[in-house]
Amino acid sequence: MLSRSSAILSAARLGFARTYATAASPNVLVLIEHRNGAIEGGSLAALTAASELGGEVTGLVIGGPDQVGGIVEKAKKLKGLKSVLHSTSDQYTAPVPEIVSPLLEKLLGSGSAYTHFVSAHSSAAKALIPRLAARLDVPHVPDITSLSHSEEGTTFTRPIYAGNAIATVRAPASLPVKIFTVRGTAFAAALDGGDVSAEVLEPVSVSDPPTTHIKTSLTKSDRPELGAASRVVSGGRALKNAETFKSTMEPLADVLGAAIGASRAAVDAGYADNSLQVGQTGKVVAPELYVAVGISGAIQHLAGMKDSKMIVAINKDADAPIFQVADAGLVADLYEAVPDLVEKLKATK
Amino acid sequence: MRPTPSRLLNVLVPVKRCVDYAVKIRVNPQQTGVDLNVKHSMNPFDEIAVEEAVRLRELLKDEVKSIKVVTIGPTKAAETLRTALAMGADSGIHVEIPDANYGPEPLGVAKVLKAIIEREKEKAPVDMVIMGKQAIDDDMCATGQMLAGLWGTGQATFLNKLQVDPKTRVAKVTTEIDGGVEELEVKLPAVFTTDLRLNEPRYATLPSIMKAKKKPIEKLSPSDLGVDLTPILETLKVTEPPKRTGGVKVESVDELVSKLRDAGFTAVA
Repeated sequence: MLSRSSAILSAARLGFARTYATAASPNVLVLIEHRNGAIEGGSLAALTAASELGGEVTGLVIGGPDQVGGIVEKAKKLKGLKSVLHSTSDQYTAPVPEIVSPLLEKLLGSGSAYTHFVSAHSSAAKALIPRLAARLDVPHVPDITSLSHSEEGTTFTRPIYAGNAIATVRAPASLPVKIFTVRGTAFAAALDGGDVSAEVLEPVSVSDPPTTHIKTSLTKSDRPELGAASRVVSGGRALKNAETFKSTMEPLADVLGAAIGASRAAVDAGYADNSLQVGQTGKVVAPELYVAVGISGAIQHLAGMKDSKMIVAINKDADAPIFQVADAGLVADLYEAVPDLVEKLKATK
Repeated sequence: MRPTPSRLLNVLVPVKRCVDYAVKIRVNPQQTGVDLNVKHSMNPFDEIAVEEAVRLRELLKDEVKSIKVVTIGPTKAAETLRTALAMGADSGIHVEIPDANYGPEPLGVAKVLKAIIEREKEKAPVDMVIMGKQAIDDDMCATGQMLAGLWGTGQATFLNKLQVDPKTRVAKVTTEIDGGVEELEVKLPAVFTTDLRLNEPRYATLPSIMKAKKKPIEKLSPSDLGVDLTPILETLKVTEPPKRTGGVKVESVDELVSKLRDAGFTAVA
């Protein structure tokens, strides 16, 4: 990937770009999201996707005074970046789209050198990016799973209908800026190995913003983050209540070193926290191993996990749709099978 | 002298007619889209939006002056409007477009909604737009944010709680974010998008369905509103996702453990 992009870059330096300035050489800005002093995994995947366009890639870090410094140092080391822009303001400490959008509008508005703007498909980006796109009067392409760039434009694939169809769409070259968000599980995370310079970007102050951030409450957990975990164990409605959900799923998650997920039914019934929901309207995961316990496998749930490498299902109902996608399905009572599985897995250590 | 009463709230709720959520969709052989000769219903997130608007009025009584629903879609989309009217909305606007494989893009829809808001400005200025967070067909998750951007107002996305104070004209909301929840305060007018856990939509009763038939629906075309809905993105094709070769069953926990071990999954603790 890198060799291809550097080949195009050197072609650009040889004067090739003078004739096809915008079409042949994308100039990409990638939003680097962060939380608690770490770069979000989704943004690392977005950087990989950005690199695949075969042009120059600039990172953008936005945050409060205490947040930006450390993140910029980490971003400067990322492979694939040409430079890092960063903008700091008290208003960016817990930013809302109404406050961040004006900065991006200024960066990407008319006369901008950037041809593409990329971000992870995170909840923050889902709130911000469409607002920004509308302000710039351009469409955006969300949650892409692959991309390619040519003189005609940039072509993306993205899942529609809860992942039951894949649309191939092209953002024409005539669009001043092609904006898209990246499905984190579809691209590898960008690695360290770079060493680039950082540049300060003046914040755009928003006086009297319509929306005020009051507080953020995050679900605390020592387990791997659901979206990035290589192993996920997920429970459904069959777990009966919050106590049995905990007492059944946690030992299994512990023995496998897995993150815990849940079906919508389990979340709605209060067995598990909202943020653990896997599916069309929750998190999309694609771990190495996905263990579905007491989950029937509705279309909306499959949308969030069917790209997992290996799917294991444990369900009493032999006709449950989850068995159609499972690489190993066990028809059994989960209250017997799961503890048994935990014991026997311990023996495989 | 008595203080002037705060202005009463007018709520606009956009709804979309989608392929029913339970239908297993099929891509057509021409790869231009999916087979649409299947059951359709109101986008589930939009039902939640209608329900929230109706509950808001039940809570605030006369302080909510009107609930208007709007849809952009083919002739049949009028059914979706009737459903929303039966749930408790007062009147509807149907922006009629020809039947096609793809609906209009969110940017176009947001422009239509903005134009409707402009049009309502004189009679019943819109204070709140409550809409679904995403349509379950295109899964774009964008129209509400785009509308707020065009309108230049605040936005609150993925709500699981909405409280409005009509006096101060501020909404307190809780929104779902990655890893938890966020609390925000949003000044009206603003756009709100609903998450699944905001409420449980009601079923329309037969009398309310009968009553809904008499509620007014205004028909418009995109050109009446001066909006061009021609898509900007070109859809080159729509294909089936790669098929999984699943469907393997094991007989026992022992067999499952050995399968996991063969695939390299053993205990870590």
